Amino acid sequence: MNRAVIPLLAFLGLAGLFWYVLGEMSEGEYNPRDVPTQFIGREAPVFDLPSLFDENQRVRSADMNGQVWLLNVWGTWCPECWKEHDYLLYLAKREKVPIVGLNWRDDADDAKAMLARLGNPFVKVGFDPFSDAVIDWGVYGAPETFLIDAGGVVRAKHTGELNATAWNEKFKAYFAEGSS
Amino acid sequence: MSRQSLFIALLFGLLLALPVQAKVEIVQFETPEQEERYKDLIAELRCLVCQNQNLADSDAELAVDMRRKAYELVKQDKTKTEIANFMVERYGEFVLYRPPFNRNTALLWIGPFIILLAGVGLLIRTILRRRAEQDLGVDEATLKTAANLLDSHRDKRDA
Repeated sequence: MNRAVIPLLAFLGLAGLFWYVLGEMSEGEYNPRDVPTQFIGREAPVFDLPSLFDENQRVRSADMNGQVWLLNVWGTWCPECWKEHDYLLYLAKREKVPIVGLNWRDDADDAKAMLARLGNPFVKVGFDPFSDAVIDWGVYGAPETFLIDAGGVVRAKHTGELNATAWNEKFKAYFAEGSS
Repeated sequence: MSRQSLFIALLFGLLLALPVQAKVEIVQFETPEQEERYKDLIAELRCLVCQNQNLADSDAELAVDMRRKAYELVKQDKTKTEIANFMVERYGEFVLYRPPFNRNTALLWIGPFIILLAGVGLLIRTILRRRAEQDLGVDEATLKTAANLLDSHRDKRDA
């Protein structure tokens, strides 16, 4: 074989690889920045935060013991949180999924205004302006959604916008079990 | 470009780089040893938002909060390993800029040496091949005859 072909083949090989990876990325199949959560199958970290609506009230992870629930990390500064809001409302109202909100690094008034305007899908909202609970949960971006089972164990997590595809793929099964 | 205008251009470039520096909040410690520990930690922990920066260099809000967490833990006199473990428990080994050697990271650690070895191997092969090409392929007997001829010529001349 002509040796001059080798660099060309190397180039084509690399170009093909990049093409493939970029394709997977744009379809959302692959995210190079994703940091897999450490918490699947582990006991959910405990949090005890002031409520977004009333700083004298506490929102605790222990409040949710005995049921399957979602923890949704959000902030008004996060565009995908606005995008997924309708779906959270659907889950809360139609599917009766208990969702606890974790309002992260936000202005309390902005956050309350957003919920007043778009509707509030959360049973409770903890206010975490300094990332205390966020670091304990290994969260590094918003939105992130965790599913915690009745025994207090984290079973699933989704990074990014929660939509029907992600719901069906990662979360739905746990609620089918729980309801029976 | 004249030397002077090049110099001015370089100075201007430096000026542009100034606002890029992260502003790191001022923290105070009881002992210089604690400060050292804190500095080491934020240099070796990765910012999860801008993933190719460490906590010390990052301006991201999460990095600010993680620095504060590290600061609090140092103040509680936790050791470097304890604090690193605290972060690993939450964010995984990815948070360490110097990951421990295990099955998952073996290729990461050994990879450069494999590439180095392959490079050295290739280099040796190329050198040997070059040497073989320089070898004219003349057999021993012919070389001897040639040497004899040269010698006799020299003898004649010297005589």
